[in-house]
Amino acid sequence: MSQELFDRFTKTAVSLLSVDAGKVTREARFKEDLEADSLDLVEFVMALEEEFGVEVPEKELEGITTVGQAFDLIAAKTK
Amino acid sequence: MQGTGHRVVVTGYGVVAPCGIGKQAFWKGLLGPGIVGAKTVEVADWDPLPYFANPKEARRSDRVEQFALAAAHEAMTQAGSLPYSAARMGCIFGTGIGGLRTLEEQVITRVEKGERRVSPFLVPMMMSNACGAAISMRYHLQGPAETICTACAAATHAIGNAARLIAWGRCDAVVTGGAESAATITAVAGFANMTALSSTGCSKPFDETRDGFVFGEGAAVFVLERWDLAQARGANILAEVAGAASNADAHHITAPAPGGTGASACMQLALDDAGLTPADIKQINAHGTSTPLNDQAEAQAVTSLFGVPTPPVTSIKGVTGHPLGAAGALEAAAVLLSFEHRLIPPTANTTTVGSDIHCDVVMGAPREWTPGPTISNNFGFGGHNGSVILSPVS
Repeated sequence: MSQELFDRFTKTAVSLLSVDAGKVTREARFKEDLEADSLDLVEFVMALEEEFGVEVPEKELEGITTVGQAFDLIAAKTK
Repeated sequence: MQGTGHRVVVTGYGVVAPCGIGKQAFWKGLLGPGIVGAKTVEVADWDPLPYFANPKEARRSDRVEQFALAAAHEAMTQAGSLPYSAARMGCIFGTGIGGLRTLEEQVITRVEKGERRVSPFLVPMMMSNACGAAISMRYHLQGPAETICTACAAATHAIGNAARLIAWGRCDAVVTGGAESAATITAVAGFANMTALSSTGCSKPFDETRDGFVFGEGAAVFVLERWDLAQARGANILAEVAGAASNADAHHITAPAPGGTGASACMQLALDDAGLTPADIKQINAHGTSTPLNDQAEAQAVTSLFGVPTPPVTSIKGVTGHPLGAAGALEAAAVLLSFEHRLIPPTANTTTVGSDIHCDVVMGAPREWTPGPTISNNFGFGGHNGSVILSPVS
């Protein structure tokens, strides 16, 4: 896992979801731990698409519940 | 107020306006200079964060909703703890437009970046019922939560309908008022191109040289309660909502009915509702937008109903500009403050009353008075007329 990529991911999460950086761990669950509802996640994914210059079709987001899952999805697309 | 006989009082209110945030700052602003050289007057250095749990929540609210929640905070704080069941409390709110700033931003985003970049929050932020919905959610008001969108008459209609819910026995307390923040580049252009805005950038209601309005913004929120219940809980009772009325010109989409006949009928209905006669009215807080047509029609309505000399007439729009759907809310707040301070604020910028205006326009300096029943008027594009009568409580 690239720390540089994860830092950028964390920064986006902090600014979009109004959470402390310390809470953005791979294990953190969006709904339960970061208090992000479904609309928050849509907005967050949009911001990630902008930040990383990638496209994440809605279909690929199915089943994504943790920061680690979301990060891996984005990281794989940046290669 | 007619209905089941319940009388309705104000027990708290809050204000956000360009001339002051908080009701006493607003009052100071009303006694200060009017607007000159501006198409719009806006709240400077607005910081929504004190009114939200975190920046995310603030960002999800359009500026108009931020104003509404800030004014609601001041109103609810003043009213204190309301001991009624949630189902017996409601929110009847007014706005002319809603979250237009968000819509305009997102249209630009869509054009520049495509449909996939349009915010998922666009809809809940732009919808005109967002302010009232936000207040109902924040304060857990589970009675009627409805929004009135009668353009510039919206807040006055909201206050009247809110009071009626209490008078009729449906609610024990209703939060009401209005908010607006719609002076986007596109909206300003629209108003300018229909020649509604002052070409000289000066709001001077009823003046001989008035030439249009200055686009304002702001919010005011009121807590209304059944008088006997407010008294029983030891609330500080600020004023009575003595009567209200609503009617329509059914004449033209933007121009008032000739002679102000609709406005005059509306004021008469409000007097009837309050059980008062024209002689009982001690102040008229006019719509007074500073447009040639509105001010003339309103003045004709006032003189036809009250005769000459009229009760003192003032318009705060020389200072506030015209905040569309929030106008009636800011003006009701001005009336409550004029009760408290025993002064009628002057019509700022106005120096020579128009030859077509035969009213006793308060101008130059605030006028001392013995507070008495006051009628506040607002008229909206679409031919909507609204009047509300507020009375001091001795």
